[in-house]
Amino acid sequence: MSDRKLLAVGGLSPLFSGQPLSLSSPERTASKWVSTEFLEWFGELGFFFWRVVRAGVTPPFEFRELFRQLDEIGSKSLPLVALAGAAIGVVLSLESVQSMTRFGAKSLLPAALVYSVVHEIGPITTALVVSGRVGAGIGAELASMKVTEQIDAIEASAVNPYRLLAATRILACTLMLPLLTLAADACGLVMGWVALASTEPLSFHQFITSGFKGADFNDFLPPTFKTAVFGLIIGLVACFQGMRTRGGAEGVGRAATSSVVLSSLFVILADVVLVKFIIIFFP
Amino acid sequence: MATTEQFPTELQAHETKDTPAVAIEDVCKSFGTQAVLSGISFAVSRGETLAVLGRSGSGKSVLLRLIIGLQTSDSGAVRIHGEDIAGLSLDQLNVIRKKMGFLFQHAALYDSLTVEQNVAFPLLHHRKEMSDSEQGERVKQLLAEVGMEGHLDKMPSELSGGMQKRVGLARALALEPGILLLDEPTAGLDPISSAEIDDLVLKLQAEHQMASIVVTHDLHSAKTIADRLILLNQGNVTAEGTFQELQSSNDEFVREFLKHS
Repeated sequence: MSDRKLLAVGGLSPLFSGQPLSLSSPERTASKWVSTEFLEWFGELGFFFWRVVRAGVTPPFEFRELFRQLDEIGSKSLPLVALAGAAIGVVLSLESVQSMTRFGAKSLLPAALVYSVVHEIGPITTALVVSGRVGAGIGAELASMKVTEQIDAIEASAVNPYRLLAATRILACTLMLPLLTLAADACGLVMGWVALASTEPLSFHQFITSGFKGADFNDFLPPTFKTAVFGLIIGLVACFQGMRTRGGAEGVGRAATSSVVLSSLFVILADVVLVKFIIIFFP
Repeated sequence: MATTEQFPTELQAHETKDTPAVAIEDVCKSFGTQAVLSGISFAVSRGETLAVLGRSGSGKSVLLRLIIGLQTSDSGAVRIHGEDIAGLSLDQLNVIRKKMGFLFQHAALYDSLTVEQNVAFPLLHHRKEMSDSEQGERVKQLLAEVGMEGHLDKMPSELSGGMQKRVGLARALALEPGILLLDEPTAGLDPISSAEIDDLVLKLQAEHQMASIVVTHDLHSAKTIADRLILLNQGNVTAEGTFQELQSSNDEFVREFLKHS
């Protein structure tokens, strides 16, 4: 890795450490980040995940809190996700009309729209929108609870905070992301058709028939279900950053920011891996 | 186990009537290179109230966190009803925690829950055999004990500091603990609210006969509610005894502390 790249990743150091920006030399910050903080952060994340899994699979189960989180993460994200999906559908449709007409492939427009929305645009847009809304929310909420000793109070009440707070939120994120993705896909396709129909006559039935022609479940299920991994990443990173916060209001702000930045970053990185995985195993 | 949880003040199989409710034996705790507690020992019997005094940063709050198991000691033993909590699994520790009530310095009420839900929280998780109406009655009874019966639907942010402490106290008493830990119960309160909290602690103490440990800077409060006091300095117990015994101490630090408090 070049020095410049090292310096660039060095800038993420405070996000991982949860500490204020260091004024030490950039070279030192970068090398320190690579050598210790990054590995330390991953080690702690792994240990945190193990504690959450162990707490989550043993009774008593926190169904009441889980349903509350399903509502908080799922239902309350729906309008934003649907709007983002619809906007992407319109933009994609308008842009594609121009380019595909130029290359004489206008008849493939519905199929191109369906494939791009369902395969990639819908899942990644949903994940990034949820990362922004839910990641920041979870990070800030848990960080605030941490600095005001509410998490200690839960523990002192003989209730496992990993089970009550983290497992429920992570599971809710994991379960809700595929459903939200379906909603984003549907809104994207409907609004894509509306945008297309505004430029030339095309019925919705024709659009769907043409768009889904030759497609099978392997085209749609893996890209949709890969978002469960995105949900896991968003929930895990946000809970971890929130529950390890230190230092008052500044710490809460830092936890919210780092939850969004890190979960978005890891969602994008995971997408690269998952796309390759899907291409290999679901050709 | 169910019997133990329902009647936490009853004697365990391995303890006798003389076993202290809380025993701290040669406990050390450091944070990095800073030694906070350097081998302190004391015990608190059933029905007794002990006040822990000391300068800021002398490890008073850390001591309470060690007792409830939120932190672990570097060495020594913390015994609750005779049982050393070091090395217990989380489930075993939680059985012990159910026998203790903890009032945090800033009450630590759950800010997304109402007063009623805050007090119901321990019941909801540990008294599942109680019906909703029984839990509701119990919550009302607890809030009445601390004089907060008219504030069930309020959020913590709508309460004053003294009212939050009262609700925190009601929540700490929800599981009928045999041991009550109070971290600075009168800190940040005006003299009238402080006196009200003191009276409340005395009343609850008389009614429930718990072993109580009160960490405080407030010497007047300590004198009012405690049977015995200990004074921490540089990680050690510098003085121990009744308020009168501390007043007659010849130790320079004790005299200085009492003079400025």
